[in-house]
Amino acid sequence: MSKRKILITLAMVCALSTAAAAEGPKAGGVVNAVIQPEPPSLMVGLVQNGPTQMVAGNIYEGLLRYSPKLDPLPGLAESWTVSEDGKIYTFKLVKGATWHDGKPFTSTDVLFSIEFLKQTHARARGNLVQLDKVEAPDESTVVFTLKQPFGPFIGIFEVGSLPMIPKHLYEGTDFKTNPANNTPVGTGPFMFKEWQKGSFIRLVKNPNYHVKGKPNIDEIYWHVIPDAAARSVAYETGKVDVLPGGSVENFDVPRLSKLKNTCVTGAGWEFFSPHSWLWLNNRAGPTANKKFRQALMFAIDRNMAKDVVWNGLGKVATGPSGSAIKYYTSAVPKYDYDPAKAKALLKEAGYKGEKVRMLPLPYGETWQRWAEMVRQNLQDVGINVEMIATDVPGWNQKVSEWDYDIAFTYLYQYGDPALGVGRNYVSSQIAKGSPFNNVEGYSNPEIDKLFADGAVAFPDAAREEIYTKAQKILVEDVPVAWMLELQFPTITRCSVKNLVTTGIGVNDGFRDAWIEK
Amino acid sequence: MRQVWRMLLRNPGGVIGVAILTIAIAVALFGPLLFPTSPWRMVQRPFLPPFTVANLPLGTDALGRDVMAGIIYGARVSLLVGLISTLASLAVGIPLGAAAGYFGGRVDDALMRFTEFFQTVPSFALAIVLVAIMQPSIVSIVTAIAIVSWPPVARLVRGEVLSLRTREYVQAAVVTGQTNWWIIWREILPNALSPVIVLASLMVATAILLESSLSFLGLGDPNLMSWGYMVGAGRTVIRQAWWITVFPGIAILVSVLALNLIGEGLNDALNPRLAKGGR
Repeated sequence: MSKRKILITLAMVCALSTAAAAEGPKAGGVVNAVIQPEPPSLMVGLVQNGPTQMVAGNIYEGLLRYSPKLDPLPGLAESWTVSEDGKIYTFKLVKGATWHDGKPFTSTDVLFSIEFLKQTHARARGNLVQLDKVEAPDESTVVFTLKQPFGPFIGIFEVGSLPMIPKHLYEGTDFKTNPANNTPVGTGPFMFKEWQKGSFIRLVKNPNYHVKGKPNIDEIYWHVIPDAAARSVAYETGKVDVLPGGSVENFDVPRLSKLKNTCVTGAGWEFFSPHSWLWLNNRAGPTANKKFRQALMFAIDRNMAKDVVWNGLGKVATGPSGSAIKYYTSAVPKYDYDPAKAKALLKEAGYKGEKVRMLPLPYGETWQRWAEMVRQNLQDVGINVEMIATDVPGWNQKVSEWDYDIAFTYLYQYGDPALGVGRNYVSSQIAKGSPFNNVEGYSNPEIDKLFADGAVAFPDAAREEIYTKAQKILVEDVPVAWMLELQFPTITRCSVKNLVTTGIGVNDGFRDAWIEK
Repeated sequence: MRQVWRMLLRNPGGVIGVAILTIAIAVALFGPLLFPTSPWRMVQRPFLPPFTVANLPLGTDALGRDVMAGIIYGARVSLLVGLISTLASLAVGIPLGAAAGYFGGRVDDALMRFTEFFQTVPSFALAIVLVAIMQPSIVSIVTAIAIVSWPPVARLVRGEVLSLRTREYVQAAVVTGQTNWWIIWREILPNALSPVIVLASLMVATAILLESSLSFLGLGDPNLMSWGYMVGAGRTVIRQAWWITVFPGIAILVSVLALNLIGEGLNDALNPRLAKGGR
């Protein structure tokens, strides 16, 4: 190689590397985000409200993170293995992880967290029912042994589902009143700095974060702005740069999207897959009749709701599972908008104009408009709908006490039918007092058996077969009227890069985010 | 009565008020015949601006519902609520005020303390609480408005009765042995009525405003289209679609103004001094 050629090659290498540097993450900068509504607490082991998870997911960490396809990614565990019979899960923890107060994070913290969450976190408790024992053979190894194979187990280690709690701060204390709850200490990329109630929450960079070179951003301010219109204005005036999903009204999304330097993504909700439906009271009234329930499905124009109420965001739901959930199948009976068919079914059902009470979800304009639209759809086919106005506590009470005929809702699905779908249809989940269980009162021994078998079947192909069957039966029976797979768009300045990279989006996204200058 | 009517019509403000109110009542009564479809029905694309489609002169709202139809059906709700809640508060306020003024003493004390109890609570806050507790519906709204608006009636009637009961013709009635209630009913109330009529016309206006404010806050009857509901539902999209809030807002303004003009006119017409001057 001649001298000249070497020089050229060198120059090219230099040029390439500078180009790469220009495109790579940059350190520094402050991000202003909106948090809506203000979380009651940031201690995610005790409180799991949406906004709590969103802020705390950047302070605390779970053993695993999840890609948008819900494949597990390393978190506090750098690697993991599953035994051949599907019963033993071995996690190797990352080396050098520390709590924000400097104490090392070890396998004893994991054991403690499991015990902690069994007491405080209802969903974690449910996820851990198949757990036989958990052991720590050394400081950086944790072994979970299950009673029987439980396919969804690999999906329960997300930060909001199974956050790691510092043993040295909580052991031997009353968890609920521990003063450490006000100054959350995690292992995550950002540390809690201050919280001006009603105004903002401030997080700062964790300089000792166990992933070298991360995070890039110095500070995050989470602003609390109670009025939806004011949140849009805050973005327009440049006060905030990040509007997480659901923080502005849907009809503002197109206007904000058109602003300069604005990027919108619907990604980052795959793990939750918010699924909306109407609870239909299967116990009494016209909705107890399967034909009537099927008529509702034909009567409601869900495509129009998507286009008009949700501004084209989301997807029409085909059944109990969202399309991002494992073992989802679209090979189920179809309910396209067909008022004539709805009328025919109503006739078959022998409906004679009895009054049907409908509860909208009291979560703001969008939901109110949606309820008005559905009421009109139902009145058009001759159903006598009376809308009942409620506030959030009233809605909770009426739904959990089964005092309704039709009620709007939406729930998270957590990636696997055993974690987030079965609870709404199996008869063991019929119990007053919760608005999240089998509120409709659907009871079918065949479905009970399918969901029980599906949770513990092994391997995956066996589970798929079971859940496909379950979905077909449910869609035929219409225990609830599935509406839309919701999509909550995240709106950011385009200069905020790499914020939404995982299945929970903004909730743990600031780890990898950076600001282009 | 005929004289009062003539006096009212001689007052330009009163004429305008009566004219507007007549139109509003006509719209409330006959409008639904012209717009037979429900105001909740989605008829066109959402956010259609006014004066773009011939049969939708005021455009459509966030769901594509006809704003014109909403205003016409809303007139029914607003006027009905105004009228019924005013009648209800008169039905409470007049007997209480009359009894307090006529019997005086302990009865007066007890009734007036009771009235003051309601007067000291901010009326709108009380109305919100009442509707929220009773669950929003047309009945709870009318009840709440009546409950917060009877105290002024009671106080006014009491004052009138207090001054009238010492008149000679009342004393004469007492001497002839008529019962107390008969005296109040036959002798006193007819003469105390003119300020009450003026007050009532203003109360209808206040009731319409109260209903609109409650609906604006989302405490309206969710099954009835009202002007306040339209303003409240359109408020958040006012930057994209001003017409959704502006037209029902104008409807509220105009009808409340009309009632105030009528009240003003009635006040002049019923005022004996002004009336004499005019004759």
